[in-house]
Amino acid sequence: MVHGEVWTIKELFTYPNEYIYWSIQIVMYPFMTGLVAGAFVLSSLYHVFGVKQLKGMARFALVFSFALLFAAPMPIVLHLQHPFRGINIFMTPHFTSAIAAFGIVFSTYGAIVASELWFIYRKHFVEIALPLKTKQDKTLFEWFKYLVFCALTLGVYDISEESLKRDEKAIKILAGLGIPVACFLHGYAGFIFGSVKANALWMTPLMPVIFIMSAVVSGIALCMLTYIVVMEIRKFLASRKKTVYTHLQTREEIGGVEINVIRMTAKYLLLFLIFAISLELLDLIFRGYTAVKSWDVLRSVIYGKDFTNIFILQYAIGNLIPFILFLMPGFTIRRAVVGVILVLFGVFMMRWNVVIGGQAFSLTFLGYMHYHLPIIPHNWETFKEGLGGALSIFIMPFVLFWIFSKIFPVFDYKESH
Amino acid sequence: MITRRDLLKYTIKGIAGLAVPIAALEIVNPNKIFAGKNDKSKTRWVFLVDTYKCVGCGFCVKACKNENEIPYDANVTRTWVERYVVTKDGELFADTPKGARDGFTTSKIDLGAGKYQDIKKEEISKAFFVPKLCNQCENPPCVQVCPVGATYQVPDGVVLVDRKTCIGCGYCIMACPYGVRFFHPVHHTAEKCNFCYHRITKGMKTACVEACPFGARQIGNIKDPDDPVTKIIKTERVGILKEEFGTKPQVYYIGLDKEVR
Ligand code: SF4
Ligand code: SF4
Repeated sequence: MVHGEVWTIKELFTYPNEYIYWSIQIVMYPFMTGLVAGAFVLSSLYHVFGVKQLKGMARFALVFSFALLFAAPMPIVLHLQHPFRGINIFMTPHFTSAIAAFGIVFSTYGAIVASELWFIYRKHFVEIALPLKTKQDKTLFEWFKYLVFCALTLGVYDISEESLKRDEKAIKILAGLGIPVACFLHGYAGFIFGSVKANALWMTPLMPVIFIMSAVVSGIALCMLTYIVVMEIRKFLASRKKTVYTHLQTREEIGGVEINVIRMTAKYLLLFLIFAISLELLDLIFRGYTAVKSWDVLRSVIYGKDFTNIFILQYAIGNLIPFILFLMPGFTIRRAVVGVILVLFGVFMMRWNVVIGGQAFSLTFLGYMHYHLPIIPHNWETFKEGLGGALSIFIMPFVLFWIFSKIFPVFDYKESH
Repeated sequence: MITRRDLLKYTIKGIAGLAVPIAALEIVNPNKIFAGKNDKSKTRWVFLVDTYKCVGCGFCVKACKNENEIPYDANVTRTWVERYVVTKDGELFADTPKGARDGFTTSKIDLGAGKYQDIKKEEISKAFFVPKLCNQCENPPCVQVCPVGATYQVPDGVVLVDRKTCIGCGYCIMACPYGVRFFHPVHHTAEKCNFCYHRITKGMKTACVEACPFGARQIGNIKDPDDPVTKIIKTERVGILKEEFGTKPQVYYIGLDKEVR
């Protein structure tokens, strides 16, 4: 069978070679990079703009962004027909292509996040490595830990007041530098779509900006969600095993910190959500007003075939309801959880409506294509470009985050600055 | 003992010997090689379709599939033929069942998803066939977007795909406004019409041109003023497809209708 034929149903007049070639993994790709960029911007709000209330969230968001970073290119790998040649994008980039910039932007961004993390956790590494160094007869595990943390210090053991001051400066610079790079990382994902002149729905210079705004929204939402979950676990532990986890505060203390941070973060989420929605509406109104050749078919897709996806799932459930939830007085954690889950869903639907919606109509403007997400896989292709593949990609950053938090403790570590 | 003469000899030999590996290091510029082999200014392949002559038999599609080893039953094809039917009340119907590989065996219009529409003969105000293939655009968006340069244009204008480097991202498929690209079912790389490049560069005609019993398809070199195709394009009224995309397509049509997509 031809690639794409399994999940495409064609209707009316379409060209014979047209199928939905960009499927679920291409929906996942901007969704994941969006989360990366959003999480980073959130952490920078504290480091660069000194938003004090976000202190608790900043380090958390940064480590999470790092975990997401590794998951971001995975959808592309699963999407490629020749995944082992994917490295060619880095090795032999063809620079007129938007995708070719991926290697450069991605590694620059990765380097910035990694070095910022290093500066933040340098003191922690030294504090773990030094006592282990002097310790007599280490166990095998301690040897391993010693070697890992020794390597992580990169041979710098100076943790005097002065050098830590300098670290702080470096963190600030890196966080500041990271914001435009993070926006670029995601804006260019928008450019990949926005510059396809053959696609009437995609082609708009607003695409990168819309992508960045909704990226920040989704990144903040995911950080809030994960933060709440982690805090709840800590609350649970604090009430159960008080004696073992002495470094944990009491249940009430944790709860107090939690609601404050969440309330503050929610404000930023709303702000970016407003930007995102305004831009999307502007795009829609503009298309309807100018009504160029493609408008007839676009209208039939937007107001007809994809109405539920766009107006019910994306705008109503994904934007409007959380908006009301966040603004209603008497804000609670439970309401925040529902709100952020809906926001995440809304952003996912936005990506879906762009990627799949952009292929819902034929280049003939006379026919349509319907996408059926493969749910039960019957071969490798329907797994990787189906529900299973998408879920694996979504779970990946959480697993990575759990591993990374062993090295970069997000909460228990005492403040250095 | 080395004389001065020997020294000179050795030096020359040494330099000559070194020059060989150094030459191997020189970065290969495909354009330069092509330019040397195939004088840039002499050839620009173009295609001419006379829609008045096309009867929709689909011989060209069949010939193309066999010539270019596109699995016969796969629902993709490098070239295809479309049928347009306009009724008296101005309604437009169009279809291309299996790319017209077997021609148009029924007068019913294929609406996709297994549905057909019957149109009465007396309701038809006009009907015609339009063969399609890659336009070998002068400004090809498919080449622009390929992240690894697997899709490239040779100086004689034809756009080719390198199956050994294509990573299968599908960006070029998205970028082509004419829908001529697809993934090869066997090689899993981007695939499209290349004017039978293996044939035209040896002085032969493309498989579809040879297969067409009515002379609806012609290939020519627009840089050669004596080429019959060039003469027609230069002196008669010809149209191109989807001009608004700025791709500068190089497949010219005689008798193009405004309804053609
Ligand atoms: S018709 Fe499509 S595939 Fe052919 S050169 Fe033009 S853009 Fe590329
Ligand atoms: S599918 Fe192949 S030829 Fe097309 S853009 Fe991707 S790498 Fe290039």
